[in-house]
Formats: sequence, C-alpha cells, structure tokens
Amino acid sequence: MKSLEELKAIRERMQGQVGMRGEEENSIRVVVGMATCGIAAGARPVLTAFSDLVQEKNLTNVTVTQTGCIGMCMYEPIVEITMPGKEKVTYVKMTAEKAAEVVESHIIGGNVLTKYTIKD
Amino acid sequence: MMTEISLNILDVAENSVKAKATLIKLTVCADFKENLLTVVIEDNGCGMTDEQIKRVTDPFYTTRTTRKVGLGVPFFKSAAESAGGSFHISSQVGKGTAVTASFQLNNIDRMPLGDICATVHTLVTMHEDIDFLFTYKVDEKGFVLDTREFREILGDISFKSFEVSNYIKDYLKENLTAVNGERII
Repeated sequence: MKSLEELKAIRERMQGQVGMRGEEENSIRVVVGMATCGIAAGARPVLTAFSDLVQEKNLTNVTVTQTGCIGMCMYEPIVEITMPGKEKVTYVKMTAEKAAEVVESHIIGGNVLTKYTIKD
Repeated sequence: MMTEISLNILDVAENSVKAKATLIKLTVCADFKENLLTVVIEDNGCGMTDEQIKRVTDPFYTTRTTRKVGLGVPFFKSAAESAGGSFHISSQVGKGTAVTASFQLNNIDRMPLGDICATVHTLVTMHEDIDFLFTYKVDEKGFVLDTREFREILGDISFKSFEVSNYIKDYLKENLTAVNGERII
C-alpha cells in the first residue's frame, strides 16, 4: 500500500528540479472540454490520455488543462491546441486513440492532423 | 446521459469548482446490508439561493451563456431516482452546497460506479488550487485521500509532475482494490 513516506521520498528526489516546469512563454497548451457535454461524450479518457502521454514522453513544454463548454456540444469531446505563434487548432470527436496520434503528429511532429479538426 | 456514476461525480464536482470552493469533499459509500450506495459532493463554494436550488434540477435552467440547457444535475438526479434511490441538494449562499445521491446497490437500473480513481485523479491534478477530501467506504472497510496531507509534504511540487501524478494514481488504485476485495461496485 502507498504510504506518505513514499511521497516524502518523491519530494526529496524532486526538490532539485522545482522551478523547471510551469507555464513558460513558449509552451504548448492542450485544452480539453470537460463540461457535462464533454464528459458524457467521453472527455475523461481523452484528458487522461493527453496527460499520461505528455508525462511519458517528458514533453515539459506542454501544459494540459481543461475548460468548460464552448457551445459546440455535438462535436465533443473537443480538444484545442495552441502553439506559440500559430493559430489555435480545434480537434473534434476525440478519443484516447486519436489523442495518441495528435501527440505524435501535431505536438511532437508539428503537423496538424486535419482529418480530426473541425471543418468550416 | 452518463454511463458511469463516477462521470456524474466528475461533472457535478466541476460545479463546485465553478462555485469557487477551496475544499471539496467527495464521499462514496457502499452499504451492502442496507443495499445502498450513497454519493455526497460537498463544497464550501458560493452556494445557491432557494430560487436557484428549486431550478437547478430543471434541464432548461443553467447559468451558462454558451448553451441553453444544464444537464449535469438532472442527469445525476435521474440516475439515482431510476435506481430506486433518492436525490437531495442543500445549499446556503456564502456557505456552500451539498449534493447527495443514493442508489439501490442491486437495482438493475443502477449504473456501475465506474472508474472512480480516474475521476478523483482528474479532479485532484486539474485543480491544484483546491483541496479535495475523498472518502471511500464499502461496509466496514474504507480509505481516505486528503490532498492537504499531500500538499503539506510536497510544498510547491506540482501534482501534475510525473512521479506525483503516478503516486496519486497508484494510491487510489491500491487502496480501492484493498477495500473492494472481490466486489465490483
């Protein structure tokens, strides 16, 4: 069973790294819609997938956050990605599997996956 | 419609976040002798007026401006009531709100609790400025996750950092498995 002692050990290991993270100016933002519409459509596993992948791949310049309803409930789960100096990209009807593709292609590779973005 | 009670919990707890709560208490309690599953979401946020409490279970009432319906609370209420349970909200302006939903454990129309670990993990890591007290009980056994204890140890280290996030995930999973035993709730 996890003990608080273990958490203390984590703190000891990490104290040297404090201040490395945080919202840097050149950071990439991944925003997942987590209102009723998003959650009902499956946003929780999408958010978990982005958070896990960003950690696993040690993408320290990426911040994963959540937001409420942006008024396009029929397209949920919706994920918005903002990169410095670029226009916001809106992915719709997301799944955990699509999230993995987006991390590889868009966040790491810089190529927007237009097959999952919203069409005008 | 939600497919898991834990998704309702995630959704309704977001209302507490919007209400600017600084402490959110989540309680999930399964009592097999009484055949009852009780969920309580309690916050110290801005609270609601009597008028708002009356209207909050109406699907066509919402304080949002992005859409005209508000289904979070009505979903939770209908999930409880269609599983032989009950639903209650008490609130006081300036003090906070408590939402209580109960379900008959063995009711055929009761949704599974679902991935409560993912719900709590999401809430805790996405809202680091809010304290969470999660209590999970099955009959006599139970466990607690108190982010104030974590925060005291960690100082300004983020819950989102790889090791801490994994610790919280494992803490929830291991304790839940120990409490549940063979039972699936």
